[in-house]
Amino acid sequence: MILHELIFDYTLRNVALGSAMLGIVSGFLGTIVVLKKQSLLGDAMSHAALPGIALAFIIFGTKNMSVLLFGAGITAFIATGLIYLTTKNSKIKFDSSLAIWLSTFFGLGLVLLTIIQRYPNAQQAGLDKFLFGQAAALTQSDVTTMFILGAVSISIVILFWKEIKILIFDPGFGTSLGLKLRIMETVVIALIIIAILIGLQTVGVVLMSSMLIAPAVAARQWTDRFSTMVMLSALFGIAAGISGSVFSSKIAKMPTGPAIIVSISFIVLFSILFSHKYGLITQYFIERRSNRNIKLNRILEGLLNLSVNHDDPYHPHSINVLKFMGYSPGAIRSGLEILNKQGLVEHRGEEEWALTKEGYTEIENNFKRLIP
Amino acid sequence: MENKYTLEITDLTVAYDNKPVLWDIDLNIPEGVLMAIVGPNGAGKTTLIKAIQGLVPTAAGRVLVFDKKYSENRGLVGYVPQRGSVDWDFPTSVVDVVKMGTYGTLGWFRRPGKKEENMALEALEKVDMLDFKDRQISKLSGGQQQRVFLARALVQNAEIYLMDEPFQGVDATTEKAIITILKDLRSQGKTLVVVHHDLQTVMEYFDSVALLNIRLIASGKVENVFTASNLHATYGGRVKFLDQEISQNAV
Repeated sequence: MILHELIFDYTLRNVALGSAMLGIVSGFLGTIVVLKKQSLLGDAMSHAALPGIALAFIIFGTKNMSVLLFGAGITAFIATGLIYLTTKNSKIKFDSSLAIWLSTFFGLGLVLLTIIQRYPNAQQAGLDKFLFGQAAALTQSDVTTMFILGAVSISIVILFWKEIKILIFDPGFGTSLGLKLRIMETVVIALIIIAILIGLQTVGVVLMSSMLIAPAVAARQWTDRFSTMVMLSALFGIAAGISGSVFSSKIAKMPTGPAIIVSISFIVLFSILFSHKYGLITQYFIERRSNRNIKLNRILEGLLNLSVNHDDPYHPHSINVLKFMGYSPGAIRSGLEILNKQGLVEHRGEEEWALTKEGYTEIENNFKRLIP
Repeated sequence: MENKYTLEITDLTVAYDNKPVLWDIDLNIPEGVLMAIVGPNGAGKTTLIKAIQGLVPTAAGRVLVFDKKYSENRGLVGYVPQRGSVDWDFPTSVVDVVKMGTYGTLGWFRRPGKKEENMALEALEKVDMLDFKDRQISKLSGGQQQRVFLARALVQNAEIYLMDEPFQGVDATTEKAIITILKDLRSQGKTLVVVHHDLQTVMEYFDSVALLNIRLIASGKVENVFTASNLHATYGGRVKFLDQEISQNAV
């Protein structure tokens, strides 16, 4: 049903395709940004796009998308340059510099939008949609533009794979090898701007930064490989893009941009909690299991220690003797039941327990592991 | 024309905010030496290693590698940066990091292949880290990280190696292993320039030394240069050297 609509409904198809493309490109570029620890650079760049849109409209008097995005790209680039120059030539640190230029450009953008709204004709209506995006207005040709821009950026990332990798991990060493990382850095910034331009119509300047950061953060939870992280990140981006589009089409008046961002946030939350590698819940269970194993091993060793006095490692003992190891009788009983199921101890007579051969070997192996 | 110097540094000056960090360094490094760069904190040791390779902007100076500009002969220079200069949480494996040493010879667009993989494994074997080749780099100890960086420099197959504190924060076993590798490289005729912090081991490990404190105080064979008065000039005040304390008055 939904699949049918995704294919045949003109609006939904455009929205979903556009959002999916945004997802892929953000996934690729976001991985770079997150690993370079420049997550907020994307935020500053997307906010700085707003005055560019407004200025392009004022200067050229058109709402042609390419013209507006061109303006957006220019101011985003200028803002990035200013951020770097400020950091390099003053005592102001990178994060402060980001904050300063982000708010300056965004404020300027809002002021310009207000001025534009005073224009006599009705032509200006809709520029404020860039704040939170308006995916429903995507046309076929917008989507085509997004695909061309997206394909170019992804190809560039794949072509310069090793240069980008070393730019993130160890730029000093990379430069010493003779790689032109200064150029690479500029290329990466240009690509981030392209990703932002792709996202402007869909999620808007305010939420765009989380589209860059979130898929990569989620992907990092599942893998320790750069290439897998890029792929996963793109995949999460697509999933969020498409599911956000579908939600917004099903729920009346639900804007697409925020729906996409909520989707990706769920993916991030799920990954942080449940990833098999670093998930918090997963870690909790792993720790609980290892605590339980320690406890079970102590019970086994307790049985062995007690039997030493009897010259027979398989001599049975009652729970009342075992409880002086420091566990409650209940805990010891449940522990013994588990060990019994594993075949390491056996029940003998009334309330008496003894090691089995397997149990004895288990302890031996434990010691061998400790003392190789 | 035969030249006995592998590295010729002339008038090298680096300044941050109009304060010199390195001032007018003239240092010629002969072939096949194992040289320590020694000096107090803030003496510009790391800056010197970086400035030689053009990694920091220089205010003045010239660096020749085998009689040619560094940029023309950079392939002959291997580099071991400080271990703490990178983020070891980067999602990659040990062998992948070592392969980065081959990136310089690969050229644009080309990715490391089978040949580069084998070079990396060989280097890992030399630093006794082959068992860790697939390990995620965040799960390495400090000493293991240092060995990985050393392996990465080994695959560069350079003639000159510049190393920034390869002994920093490593255990005694690793320190011995590293110095064995360095001496081995020297016996193959390689030139090694090593930023070093521990004055106690300079005589044991190195044959040459350069004493640095923004300016070059002295350089040459350890037995000629590593003297109480030179150390005093480098470190100022009191410096404890080989159990014998030299104070301002004693000189």
